[in-house]
Amino acid sequence: MKNSAPGLREKGKDLLQIRNLHVEGFSDERWHPIVRGVDLALKRGEVLGLIGESGAGKSTIGLAAMGYAKPGCRITQGSILFDGIDLLALSETGRRRLRGSRIAYVAQSAAASFNPAHRLLDQTVETVVAHGIASREKANRSAVDLYRRLQLPDPETIGFRYPHQVSGGQLQRAMTAMAMACRPDLIVFDEPTTALDVTTQVEVLASIRNIVEEFNTAAIYVTHDLAVVAQMADRIMVLRHGLTVEEADTRQMLASPSQEYTKTLWAVRKLAKPEVPADDYLLTIDKVTAAYGRAVQVLQDVSIKVPRGRTVAVVGESGSGKSTLARVVTGLLPPLSGSISFAGQALSKTLKTRPKEILRRIQMIYQMPDNALNPRQTVEEVIARPLEFYLGLKGAQRDRRIGELMHMVEMSETYLDRLPAELSGGQKQRVCIARALAADPELIICDEITSALDQIVQEEILKLLMRLQRELGMSYIFITHDIATVRAIADEIVVMHQGKVVEQGLKSEILTPPHAPYTERLLSSVPEMDPDWLTRLLASRRM
Amino acid sequence: MNPVARTVLQRLGLGLVTLFIVSIIIFSAIAMLPGDFAKAMLGQSATPETVAAFQREIGIDRPPVERYFVWVGQMLHGDFGSSFASRTGYRRTVAEIIAPRLYNTMFLASMTALIAVPLALGLGILAALYRNGWFDRLVNAVTLTTISFPEFFVAYMLAYLVISRDTFIGSEFAQSLPHWLAVSLNWILNAVPKFPTLSNVNDQTPFWDHVWRVALPAITLTLVIVAHMMRMTRAAIINMLASPYIDMARLKGMSPMAIVLRHALPNAWAPIVTVVAFNLAYLVVGVVVVEVVFVYPGIGQLMVDAVKSRDVPVVQACALIFAATYILLNLTADIISIATNPRLLHPR
Repeated sequence: MKNSAPGLREKGKDLLQIRNLHVEGFSDERWHPIVRGVDLALKRGEVLGLIGESGAGKSTIGLAAMGYAKPGCRITQGSILFDGIDLLALSETGRRRLRGSRIAYVAQSAAASFNPAHRLLDQTVETVVAHGIASREKANRSAVDLYRRLQLPDPETIGFRYPHQVSGGQLQRAMTAMAMACRPDLIVFDEPTTALDVTTQVEVLASIRNIVEEFNTAAIYVTHDLAVVAQMADRIMVLRHGLTVEEADTRQMLASPSQEYTKTLWAVRKLAKPEVPADDYLLTIDKVTAAYGRAVQVLQDVSIKVPRGRTVAVVGESGSGKSTLARVVTGLLPPLSGSISFAGQALSKTLKTRPKEILRRIQMIYQMPDNALNPRQTVEEVIARPLEFYLGLKGAQRDRRIGELMHMVEMSETYLDRLPAELSGGQKQRVCIARALAADPELIICDEITSALDQIVQEEILKLLMRLQRELGMSYIFITHDIATVRAIADEIVVMHQGKVVEQGLKSEILTPPHAPYTERLLSSVPEMDPDWLTRLLASRRM
Repeated sequence: MNPVARTVLQRLGLGLVTLFIVSIIIFSAIAMLPGDFAKAMLGQSATPETVAAFQREIGIDRPPVERYFVWVGQMLHGDFGSSFASRTGYRRTVAEIIAPRLYNTMFLASMTALIAVPLALGLGILAALYRNGWFDRLVNAVTLTTISFPEFFVAYMLAYLVISRDTFIGSEFAQSLPHWLAVSLNWILNAVPKFPTLSNVNDQTPFWDHVWRVALPAITLTLVIVAHMMRMTRAAIINMLASPYIDMARLKGMSPMAIVLRHALPNAWAPIVTVVAFNLAYLVVGVVVVEVVFVYPGIGQLMVDAVKSRDVPVVQACALIFAATYILLNLTADIISIATNPRLLHPR
């Protein structure tokens, strides 16, 4: 992969050649184009980054490089030559022989892509044994060696664990080991670190980079994160709507993108809101401790103040207790001890004992709009429900208010009779925002609401939220693990780690040094666009 | 304690509680039945004194609550009581009446299970493997057909088939067919083994003879229960095939058979065993019709007879055995579901 001393690695002749690739997907009773004539070439030992928004066709191209189309998709045109073998002319059995052995795949969610019923080691060596490459014992030893190279803890024994017994970052490395097991010529990495925390991501990126370099494996690295691809790829290809926008060496692409679309991708991360200090506090959380069942405490002595009309960003990695905090504030999880006061009044701990009026004033927006919207309800029904329930609006009055809300979230009223499945991810999240606004709340808790969205859509949603705050003056608790989002939207920041508040204060105070040690680690783990960032960071951490 | 052991003990405890509640329901339901066993036995002309004496003898003059506790207390000591068919000096215990019948029922149920469960799983796996292909459609069509007929119809058809083996060629129907067709049909019929159409067994019947004699009822029951289990196996596996780890297995170059057997099936046991348990319970408690058709002395017939003669202790014991069968099989299914879930078996 990217090397600190370029030119050391031997780049061979073409390993993969894709010409004029067309892929279609079946939905709504007809075939839609997903990839519309993409050319791609990859040399031995080279890493190509594929970047674009969701729906750009980058994962589809990655899979096509394995001669594979997802169920419901088909490759309609083009040629895929892998080491001189025409994958499309090959029989399914022939392609199966190549998959896993010469072309391997690393999926986005390792947690979902490992079979829960088998031990890691069994899954790691499965391809080696099935393709008849080595004996079971030899494969086991080689797997342990790979675990060690990928810096997994206890490489000798970690293979005997089940997928649910190891962490996400470890799983992602185990999956890389699984892909490496047959020493393939090509690995397709499909957003391998997207589901990980930034602090974990750094380690996984470094492990992947090292091992691919060590075995001189060619790779296709699919991601939507520019800063990540800058660390990993020799060359970057930008895709949009199934077409190539541009392609260039990483450094050149970062320094001077030539296409307008690429420039907009680059610009997204620069959104930043000037902070406004607090003058009055709406919500005060005082020494709250909470736990699920009798298990370990998820929140320990957490005290946070949320100013009126401002945004407090709660940051931390998964397991830090951010979402639990939201559950405590909304009353879904009664705290073991501590108190919460809202607008000067004490909030009762459980949902049942809170009056409707309090419920109305605190609303929540979730990470996955797909799960948060009833798939059987139209947009109109979704928004009408809180209007009827909290405000008792009926008939024309209600319909007028629905129209206003749609206008506020910048959606046309023609969407009102659509079902959630007929909306894009960004539109669904807008509907969720409209539903929260319908209750006319004073506090909205946003739980990772942009992390499932593309960067451009993220930016639009963040801008929308900021505009709504300026106009309506409500407070946000914005739970996120993404520092760029924090820069964009926060007035104050709360850093959480292992159920405790590490630091809190104005955005400028938290983001400028000196930091608390954990904050330092968190902030330094956020990938930067500089292609040497990872190398430098690892060097500085090793010191 | 190990969480699996704890869950299993919990379920076992719950099962016992359920059984206890069921025993109350059975007892009160039977106590509320109209009619009087003593009067029925002694006839219209019996004097009230004779009836009362007889009631005292068999113990039904006591209040129901007391009788319930006596009943339960005896059962806890392994005594299921005496049949009302007992006479002075000739006691017939419920246990000795039920034991041979229960053995027969269990024999038939086990034999059917041995055929039907592997068959259903195998067909289900193959149907999932070749889903939406001709094999899948064929298996679905055939099993749905057999499940759609009433079981007595299937039973008589099978018996008829076995009888036709000898009678077909001389029948008028065969005469009316072209000669070659009649001959080949006869040839096919002759391939059918000459299963006994009456499954009369007793406690002297040797084991293998017993197996031979229950062949037809076992086949009938297999045809009746295989569809349900097979379709659940197929559905559970196909459901798993949409998981990301199945995509991963495909991208690792695994063969379709390896994907179904090694990657989908281990995660699909929970729904499958639930349906299997349900069908096995049916084999114990719901086969009275098949027993009647093949004159097989199982527990279903015994219970029907006992209800007819108002032999309350036998009815109660049968009902309790049925309830226990359901509870035990469902408990087993639960335990297997837990044991095949690595998250529970190997906690973090």
